Amino acid sequence: MYLILFIVFAGFCLAGAINLLLQTHPINSALSLIVVMTSLAVLYLLLGAEFLAIAQIIVYAGAVMVLFTFVVMLLNAGREERTLGSRAARPIGFTAVVVLLAVFATVILRVQGLNPAVLGHGLTNAPNQSNLVLLSQVLFHELLLPFEVTSVLILIAILGAVAIARREGAERTAEK
Amino acid sequence: MSLLNHAIPLNWYLLLSAVLFSLGVIGFLIKRNLITVFMSIELMLNAVNLTFVTFAYQWNAVKGQIFVFFVMMVAAAEAAVGLAIIIAVFRARGTLAVDRINLMKL
Repeated sequence: MYLILFIVFAGFCLAGAINLLLQTHPINSALSLIVVMTSLAVLYLLLGAEFLAIAQIIVYAGAVMVLFTFVVMLLNAGREERTLGSRAARPIGFTAVVVLLAVFATVILRVQGLNPAVLGHGLTNAPNQSNLVLLSQVLFHELLLPFEVTSVLILIAILGAVAIARREGAERTAEK
Repeated sequence: MSLLNHAIPLNWYLLLSAVLFSLGVIGFLIKRNLITVFMSIELMLNAVNLTFVTFAYQWNAVKGQIFVFFVMMVAAAEAAVGLAIIIAVFRARGTLAVDRINLMKL
C-alpha cells in the first residue's frame, strides 16, 4: 500500500514538475505547480506530518498559487519568447544541473542506516498523543518568540507588497 | 501481500527531492518569463521542504517539521513581495521577458 501510494504521488510530482518546464504559457505552468504541491502534501502525510500536509495545501496550493494565477491574469502574460540568451543558457545550464544531480544522487544512494518508511508511524509512538500535540507544545513554548517574529515579518511583507505594487500616480489622482 | 506491506527506504524521498530541486534549477535557467522563473524558485523551496520532513521522520525530530512551517511562512511573505515587484517591473517596462529587463534604471 505504502509503495503504491508513494509511486503514484511521486509520479504526479515529477510529471507536474516536468510539465511546468515544458509548458510555454505561464498559466499552464502555475496549474502544474499546484499539482506538484498537492502531491507533496500527500507525501508529507505518508511521512507522518499531518499538520504540514494541511498547511501545504492551505498556504502553498491555496494562498500562494492563487496569488500567482491572479498575477498571471492581471498582467495578461502571454507565451514566452525564445531569444539568444535562452539558447546560450541551455547547454551550459543542463550540464551543470546534470553534474549537480549526479553528485546528489551518489551521496543519497550511498547513505546507510536510514530507516524504512512505514504507514502510521509518526514522530511519537505514544498512543494518546498525536503529532499535532507534540508540534504545538514545541512551537508555542520553546519557539514562541520566533513564531511571533514571523507574524511581524508577514505584516511587513504585506505592507511592502502594497507599497511596491501601488500605482505611482495614485495619491495625486486621489487628491484631485 | 508482500507488496502491500512493503516499506520503502527513505533514500527514495531524498532522491525525489533532489530531482525536484534539479528540475527547479533547470526551470530557473531556461524559462524566459519572469513569473515562471519565480515559480521555479517555489519548486526548489518545496523540494528542500521535502528533505526537511524526511530527516524529521528519520530522527523523530519535531523541530524539523517546525522549521518547514517557518519556511512556508517566509515563502508566503516572499511570494507576496516578489509578485508585487513583478507587477512594478511590468508597469515600468511593459514586458515580462527576462531578456528585455536588463537595466536597473527606469
